[in-house]
Amino acid sequence: MGFEDIIPLLNSSVRFAVPLLLACLAGLYSERSGIVDIGLEGKMLGAAFAAAAVAALTGNVWYGMLAAIFVSVCMSMIHAVASINLRGNQVISGVALNFLALGGTVFIGHSIFKRGGTTPNLPKDVRIGPIELPFAAEIGQVPVVGPIYEQLISGHSIIVYFAFVAVPITAWVLMKTRFGLRLRAVGENPKALDTAGISVFLLRYQALVITGVLCGVAGAYLSTSQGANFSENMTAGRGFIALAALIFAKWKPWNALWTCLLFGVLSAAQIRLQGVEFPLIGEVPVQFIQALPYVLTVVLLAGFIGRAVPPKAVGQPYVKER
Amino acid sequence: MSARQPLPSWALNVLMPAMNVLLALFVGGLAVAVIGENPIEAMKVLAYGAFGNGYGLGFTLHYATSLTFTGLAVAVAFHSGLFNIGGEGQAYVAGLGAIMMALWLDHTHWVFVLVGATVGAMTLGALWAAIPGYLQAKRGSHIVITTIMFNFIASALMSYMLAQVITNPGSNAETRTIAETGRIPLLSEYFEFFKHSPVNVMLIFGILALIGVYILLWRTKLGFKIRTLGQNPEAARYAGISAVTIIVIAMAISGALAGMMAVNEAVSVQKRLVVGFVQNFGFIGIAVAFMGRAHPVGIVLAAILFGALYQGGSELAFVMPAVPSELVVVIQALVILFSGAMDEMFKPVLERVFGAFRSKPPAEEAAETEEA
Repeated sequence: MGFEDIIPLLNSSVRFAVPLLLACLAGLYSERSGIVDIGLEGKMLGAAFAAAAVAALTGNVWYGMLAAIFVSVCMSMIHAVASINLRGNQVISGVALNFLALGGTVFIGHSIFKRGGTTPNLPKDVRIGPIELPFAAEIGQVPVVGPIYEQLISGHSIIVYFAFVAVPITAWVLMKTRFGLRLRAVGENPKALDTAGISVFLLRYQALVITGVLCGVAGAYLSTSQGANFSENMTAGRGFIALAALIFAKWKPWNALWTCLLFGVLSAAQIRLQGVEFPLIGEVPVQFIQALPYVLTVVLLAGFIGRAVPPKAVGQPYVKER
Repeated sequence: MSARQPLPSWALNVLMPAMNVLLALFVGGLAVAVIGENPIEAMKVLAYGAFGNGYGLGFTLHYATSLTFTGLAVAVAFHSGLFNIGGEGQAYVAGLGAIMMALWLDHTHWVFVLVGATVGAMTLGALWAAIPGYLQAKRGSHIVITTIMFNFIASALMSYMLAQVITNPGSNAETRTIAETGRIPLLSEYFEFFKHSPVNVMLIFGILALIGVYILLWRTKLGFKIRTLGQNPEAARYAGISAVTIIVIAMAISGALAGMMAVNEAVSVQKRLVVGFVQNFGFIGIAVAFMGRAHPVGIVLAAILFGALYQGGSELAFVMPAVPSELVVVIQALVILFSGAMDEMFKPVLERVFGAFRSKPPAEEAAETEEA
């Protein structure tokens, strides 16, 4: 594999990594605030549908983006009511939201477009297209650095850049702002915050709004930027890989970036390694590479490679004492 | 709060789940109304499709059998304090054990196939669940996450097995079909009433599993240990119950039960193993267990309800083509949401209503609830 093969591989890795990264950061806000979110998958799926459907109906992809964020935040708020106000089981709420999205998207999609759940193909100008960074063509002539800039860094959609910028922003918010300090505290010891007169409920609601927004963008990316329409169950487990990535990243934003890129490379490599013979081990089954993120997460969780310790209060509803 | 009264157990275990289901059906009905169809008509078609004739009823019972297994699986783990959401993967992997035994024995007699496939399915299902159980008990990795991961690993493993290892040459990622001699009979072969619907001998195993789980949990020492661990791990430790052993055993039983779904669906009805045959039945088992309050009586009722939704839903899509069959998935999601996660929604209201109608002193009340 030469240098010119590596750039397309990395390029498609980035494309695979972006929805994972957005969903992973979404989960990070939720879980750091003490709310388990199994429903990342469902929120992304609902958002992907909303984006593609509204973009197709209005002819404006940005309305689609707004609809995606709206739907995802609404779903996140259902999760909030169930897990914060009603102190319900957060895992079940997540499972329910996943099913709601799975059935609801096809139900509505089929009713509007009569295509058995898929939305019409979006023309090029109703998608979120690639952006040429300045001087891409000129710098592209420079050896080594040129192709990296022209082909790998330039030429992605705005959402890709947004996802990468979201990492340092999340790190900054989490570690350097008052909101971040409180967010981390509410996931570890909500009682301490309550004692200090800070509303546990409000903080968790705020966290879940951010989760909703990020999942919304991730969904819109899938159906209006990476793809050109919505199809049934198009997230295909990405929300769960993002969850795995979140654990693998030990609930830290920079780790989330590296983990999602690693999982992205695995996805990209999976297609290219089909039928490739390796010395000594022979052909590696595609399914093995597919399962690798999950296997790695299990191994990590079991404490065989480092230790992943979740926020202490995660999954427990907060009961204010009277 | 003087106006509130603790709810009697029938209100908690019958009235509230019923209200949750009605609310879910109501929201589903609204969705039907929004797309311009008649919701009352749709619900009628749904109910008739599920119960109206022997053929429909046969499908409903077949689905209910699968859901009984996956629901019991979630319930057993739940009583030990664990949330097993890996029923999907456990049933999938169990399919491997079931079909390998079935294909090995299919030239003998269907009774051997039935027994062999059940043993094979239960063994692999138990194994696939015991590993996350062990990791939880011994290494502290959270069972919810591990079982989710195991669902995906199962999915990859099974695609590999079906595409490369036990595949039938010439067909696309599925095993060969079980020979005539080894096919588990459908009930319609004995009762004309069921008219070729897939309900089969596994229905009896479903009933046995319900009784078995009841006896196990409430009438044996092991069941007592499982429930003690689930309700109070500290007390269990003080009583000398080994958490590691009980967790692994409870998860193994859970996985074995989930695995029996594979015999019902893959061996008895499809008569071969295909990719993705579990089709979310493992996940719906979670809803069945929660709606059924993790008790066999509740589980059988919830399983029939969800089975009826599946069957009625496909009938609905057939009779009223404008209503997509995904309506059922939406209703199922709402039932899961209302009965599993938003269970407290009706409670304060009901507590007030019951408080308003009763004026007995609370002590007498408590004694009465104890009796019930």
